[in-house]
Amino acid sequence: MQVFSRRAVLIVKLGLIALPLLAATAIAVYRWRAALPNAPGAAVPQPIPFSHKHHVGDDGIDCRYCHTTVEKSRSAGLPSTEICLTCHSQLYNDAPLLAPLRESVASGRPIPWQRLHDLPDFVYFDHSIHVRKGVSCGECHGPVDQMPLTWRHASLEMQWCLACHRDPAEHLHPPGDVFSASQKSPLSGPARQALMASLHIQSTRRLTDCSTCHR
Amino acid sequence: MKPEDRPFIPIRPLPAGVDDPGRRRFLHLMAASLALAGAGCSGPPPEHILPYVKMPEGVLPGQPAFYATTLVRQGYGQGVLVESNLGRPTKVEGNPLHPASRGATDVFSQAALLQFWDPDRSQAPWQGGQLASWPEADATLLDWGAALARDGGAGLRILTGTMTSATWLDQWRSLGKRFPGARWHRYDPLHDDGALRAAELAFRRPVDMLLHLERARVVVSLDADFLGQGPAAVAHARDFAATRSDPARPTRLYALEVVPGLPGANADERLGLPPPRLEALVWRLAARLGVDGAESLAPDSGTAAWEEALAAALRAHRGESLLVAGPTLSPPTRALVHVLNQELGNLGRTVDLIAPVEFEPGSHGDSLAALCEDMREGRVDTLLILGGNPVYDAPGGLDFAAALAGVPRTVHAGLYRDETARRCAWHLPLAHDLERWGDARGFDGTVSLVQPLIRPLYGARSPREILAMLGAEERESDYDALRRVVGGRLPGRGENPEAAWQRCLQEGQVAGSASAPLRLPAAARPRPPDFGPRLLTAVFLPDAAVDDGAFANNAWLQELPRPLTKLTWDNAALLAPATARALGLENGDEVELSAAGHRVRAPVWVLPGQAEETVGIPLGYGRRDAGRVGNGVGFDGYRLRSGAGVTAPVGLKPTGGRHDFACTQAGDSMEGRPLARHATAAEAQAGKAGPHRKEPRDSLYPAYSYPDYAWAMAIDLNACIGCGACTIACQAENNIPVVGREEVMKGRQMHWIRVDRYRTEAGAVLFQPVPCMHCENAPCEAVCPVGATVHDSEGLNVQVYNRCIGTRYCSNNCPYKVRRFNFLQYADNDEESLKAGRNPEVTVRRRGVMEKCNYCLQRITRARLAAEKEGRSISDGEVVTACEAVCPTRAIVFGNLNDPASRVNRAKASPLDYALLEELNTRPRTTYRIRITNPDPALGGNGKGGGGGE
Repeated sequence: MQVFSRRAVLIVKLGLIALPLLAATAIAVYRWRAALPNAPGAAVPQPIPFSHKHHVGDDGIDCRYCHTTVEKSRSAGLPSTEICLTCHSQLYNDAPLLAPLRESVASGRPIPWQRLHDLPDFVYFDHSIHVRKGVSCGECHGPVDQMPLTWRHASLEMQWCLACHRDPAEHLHPPGDVFSASQKSPLSGPARQALMASLHIQSTRRLTDCSTCHR
Repeated sequence: MKPEDRPFIPIRPLPAGVDDPGRRRFLHLMAASLALAGAGCSGPPPEHILPYVKMPEGVLPGQPAFYATTLVRQGYGQGVLVESNLGRPTKVEGNPLHPASRGATDVFSQAALLQFWDPDRSQAPWQGGQLASWPEADATLLDWGAALARDGGAGLRILTGTMTSATWLDQWRSLGKRFPGARWHRYDPLHDDGALRAAELAFRRPVDMLLHLERARVVVSLDADFLGQGPAAVAHARDFAATRSDPARPTRLYALEVVPGLPGANADERLGLPPPRLEALVWRLAARLGVDGAESLAPDSGTAAWEEALAAALRAHRGESLLVAGPTLSPPTRALVHVLNQELGNLGRTVDLIAPVEFEPGSHGDSLAALCEDMREGRVDTLLILGGNPVYDAPGGLDFAAALAGVPRTVHAGLYRDETARRCAWHLPLAHDLERWGDARGFDGTVSLVQPLIRPLYGARSPREILAMLGAEERESDYDALRRVVGGRLPGRGENPEAAWQRCLQEGQVAGSASAPLRLPAAARPRPPDFGPRLLTAVFLPDAAVDDGAFANNAWLQELPRPLTKLTWDNAALLAPATARALGLENGDEVELSAAGHRVRAPVWVLPGQAEETVGIPLGYGRRDAGRVGNGVGFDGYRLRSGAGVTAPVGLKPTGGRHDFACTQAGDSMEGRPLARHATAAEAQAGKAGPHRKEPRDSLYPAYSYPDYAWAMAIDLNACIGCGACTIACQAENNIPVVGREEVMKGRQMHWIRVDRYRTEAGAVLFQPVPCMHCENAPCEAVCPVGATVHDSEGLNVQVYNRCIGTRYCSNNCPYKVRRFNFLQYADNDEESLKAGRNPEVTVRRRGVMEKCNYCLQRITRARLAAEKEGRSISDGEVVTACEAVCPTRAIVFGNLNDPASRVNRAKASPLDYALLEELNTRPRTTYRIRITNPDPALGGNGKGGGGGE
């Protein structure tokens, strides 16, 4: 004897199918809502459409020429208006695109760049130690020399950070290549082992301690 | 209904009038709210990056810079190094080169940071209750100056606190050329007028005393709180602790006190005596030591043993002893103490006399009384009050406010729009020490430079700039004046004057500018004073947290448990247990105190060890216009003062009312457990004081390995004087919020390091700072369901705020009770100025998150990154925790256990080292060294000192 009607069974079955779908949708909506404002791979409009492709790729300017504190401080540093002016007081100094730059000089107010890389406030990232330990700019920022407008390359999620902290070997470069414009492929074999030893990379246990990044 | 049908949990019907939500409706609402909760989450808002337009030289965004400057309190400077993060002052550290700091600071210098960022600070000029502007103020004062100049400034009076600034003196002298009739009055409510009068009696000239506690083997404190009060307290604490660290050279501190203070708590022998008996004891002691003039006093059977013991100890240590007298003693008795120090050969050895550091030294009480007299007689038409708050803190007997009302032109310049500001025609915001150029002298005369770290937040001006508004001189900038007055008189060393000046700025002081000791003829024998009748005596004293009231609006200090009472957010009329019993009073009973024609209601706190027949009255409370933190906290003791004296007869009458205190540690017994351990020097020498450490017992948990570093801390209870500087330094360093009075009453204070206070059965006080123990077998780690408290590879128990869901299991399982929970949103995330003052290296915690000491992880990280970048290991002393750095007595040592030569390993190797609650086998990384006292066998040898005044 049938206890439930066919209709009821159908509704229950449909409901069971709907549940995971609903859950998936909810998770997707949550992830979308909680994501960083600028998705990886999407260029963001800036006050001046600054092209890393032109400055780094074509002109070959070193990262540290503008990001002056990357080797000394946790912040890589965005160039002051004056640094832009070292060239742009002579080159393209009346280009309409550079109007915000001239305005900044005249008013003494900084150029309001859109932030691409926004870590949560409980994460304490330090640029200087990463570049000192052989993590090249490109490992996190991607092929900057090919970006006409800059986009975020990495997800910046903890999983992504940990992937490297758990096994840094394949993300490390010899000191000479850290600031190299074009991305070099990682070393392999004995060269990699020698590099790891010379950089004194800390143990995986230390690198994955909560206290390494959170405090 | 049959009994078995009845549900196990009885279901009661809803009371009438309450809407029954029904099960379905309840589920609907829950589902909807769940969905809404999810939908409400969103990612971080888009942010801008604002780089410099012109990058300043030497600024490294993300790395703090330190500047040497000076914080001025009651006229005297304490040299400090202030941490600046992108131009924002975020932490005060001691200046190792400065004699008043020596790398440490007191609680006030730590809290000066919060004072600087206080959103209640005065932000604009006010004219008679209306907001005004600086140009209006400029015009008004210029007019007044012109009017005053016509009669030589005969009606001009200027009131300041203690002044030690050379640029001020220079300005005052040039002002005198235009306004020869002007008068300068000085008033600090707790200025030690008696010390100057005693010096006049003994030496016929004012002198300051410089104590060399490190050279003394017998110190007798005659109600002198040299460890807790005054501009030299930090230096004294350092020297005092140094004498106690050397077991081969035993020293002894005898403290005779009226109201218990830090010297009594740290004494080897202490006795509580009311002022008349204390004074008589000094005269009889002098007679025993052969100083004439005191033979006729009748003996006091209660203190005879003490007199004999003191006389014997002092005689045995000629040239190595030291007597210090406090303000409750009358000037003749204090003059007698000068004589005693001289007779005992201490002058020039354990104590030096120097010319007063204060300019134009004199009685502040007389100075203010003369000003009030002039104001009442109508001789004052313009009064400038620079700093200070006399309407609040002038003695009630003077009625300063009424006298002030008769002055037509009044200006108050201060950090806050306080009681005085509201009764003056004009109020002008005064610049904080962190935003002005200037100078002050340290307690020993060292010229110290005040250097700004930031431009004035609210356009405030320095005292010098405000005085210049009268138009008396050319507008010379504060920096130029400092360069001319101080920089022009640098001690010549044959070097480039500009280089010498730059070095002074870098060091924050003029090296070698301390006053030279005076060579004085033999002190004159004073006449015995009238010791006065034995009445109930009020003893007015500065509060350990709000000082004279200037820090009343400082929440860090209000919430700092006072060293001996452990009260927060309050003051109390302090009574001896015997006096309280006789009056039938207990803690929290309200009484009415009457003196100087005023009546004040105050709650009673019974303080063991206090002298009978006295009422201790901490000043600085009962503020009406301090700000939103300090208003209405406690009672105002200034009303009860008739003059600037610190003792006065007082009437006391129970009212029957009750008051609840926010006290962080109610009991003072260790309940028979060896928590704060102590032993006598004799026991220690006989080897009976240790070893304390036992081999750790077996554990079910596997042992951790620490290949690189193993951080640990050692705390020396023998050095700790209980001042509480560590608590405030930790609060500043780690962005610890304050919770307020009501939450403290629920036991929800957030301090990461607290100072526990116990009393032994003999009445001796023991202090024990308690931070997180960072246990090897941490009970907290085992119970966290979400892995938010974990053991890291260097042995820290780290709290991961972003994982914590607030179950509080860890806190319940912590035997040391060092974990603190954000029951509410304690951190203020709305007030912009408070945000700017936070340490950017430390997360600001949210509601519902557990937090605790992490051994200043940010400082370890800073050292680690520096070492890793240079390819070396962290050396000993490179990581200095905030509590270690601030400690005036160096009681706290932090370091790496894996380094056999580290200071912390040396400290832990002592047989006197022990672990708190060792029997729990938690294996703490923080350990203690026991307190060693050196009681006098002549007084029974138990450290009790004849009853402690009970």
